[in-house]
Amino acid sequence: MIDLGPHAVFIIWAYIGVMLGIAGLIAWTLFDARRTASELSRLEARDPRRQRPAGTTP
Amino acid sequence: MTPDTEPRLNWWNRMANPGQFVAWTTPLLWPLVILTAVLFVLGFWFAFFNSPEDYQMGDTVRIMYVHVPNAWLSQFVYAIMSVSALGTLVWRHPMADVSMKAAAPLGALFTALALFTGALWGRPTWGTFWEWDGRMTSTLVLLLIYLGLVALWRAFDDQLRAARVIAVFTLVGAINIPIIKFSVDWWSTLHQPASVFRPDGPRMPMSILVPLFVMFFAFTFLFLVLHLKAMHTEVKRRRVMTLKRRLAQGGPA
Repeated sequence: MIDLGPHAVFIIWAYIGVMLGIAGLIAWTLFDARRTASELSRLEARDPRRQRPAGTTP
Repeated sequence: MTPDTEPRLNWWNRMANPGQFVAWTTPLLWPLVILTAVLFVLGFWFAFFNSPEDYQMGDTVRIMYVHVPNAWLSQFVYAIMSVSALGTLVWRHPMADVSMKAAAPLGALFTALALFTGALWGRPTWGTFWEWDGRMTSTLVLLLIYLGLVALWRAFDDQLRAARVIAVFTLVGAINIPIIKFSVDWWSTLHQPASVFRPDGPRMPMSILVPLFVMFFAFTFLFLVLHLKAMHTEVKRRRVMTLKRRLAQGGPA
């Protein structure tokens, strides 16, 4: 690691803040995607249209 | 010779089908993730190990490598939302609603990070974390607009009706983007004028410009990945709401 000079604390905190923000955004995006996908599969399993045997007419 | 009675669907119309949109764009996700990760590794290596300190700013120039991309994205994401708002109002394109909704929280975070990194750069350079000047104040207004739009999406149960109302608000808020861009020219501010995207070319050496552009593309591709993923989730969320309504009307199976 290079010497960041007298203002190192500002540089380090800028990068820590950005990394925390980006990590949080990625985590939230993935959590939301998984939660929604699992809710969708749960509801699709309860959907009467999907439970009808193949070949029968509505 | 039989007349062709099948309606010809162009790319734009096929993308209006959420299922087709998800099917077409899902294979893009992993290549984009890998490209983003490679760009970030390269960008951090340049930022800390292969770029000189600035003759005026010293090492604080390294904050620019995260500040400028976030500041660019704060405006670029809003431009995407404005085009999507036009898609909603003019063409009633279903994926335009989805794009608009998925982009708002991403834009809010990039704007908050631009303000945060700008404050940390301002303290050693200007002697203050914050000044109520044109560029900083208009960027703060942009953050408030993003947060307001996120809150509006959550306030509506009917997402189709919400999209039309929010599209109008988004287009009204777009007036703030040229204000942010030209604030440094219109008013006397602490913030320096444009130094990268200028008609006469960038006003910085290649040793600083290269890391800046690598980080610029890394953050832009990160936004594209997250936006695409959030759009897929929003498509599924709307399917969840449709199924909930259907099950509530017909009772549980």
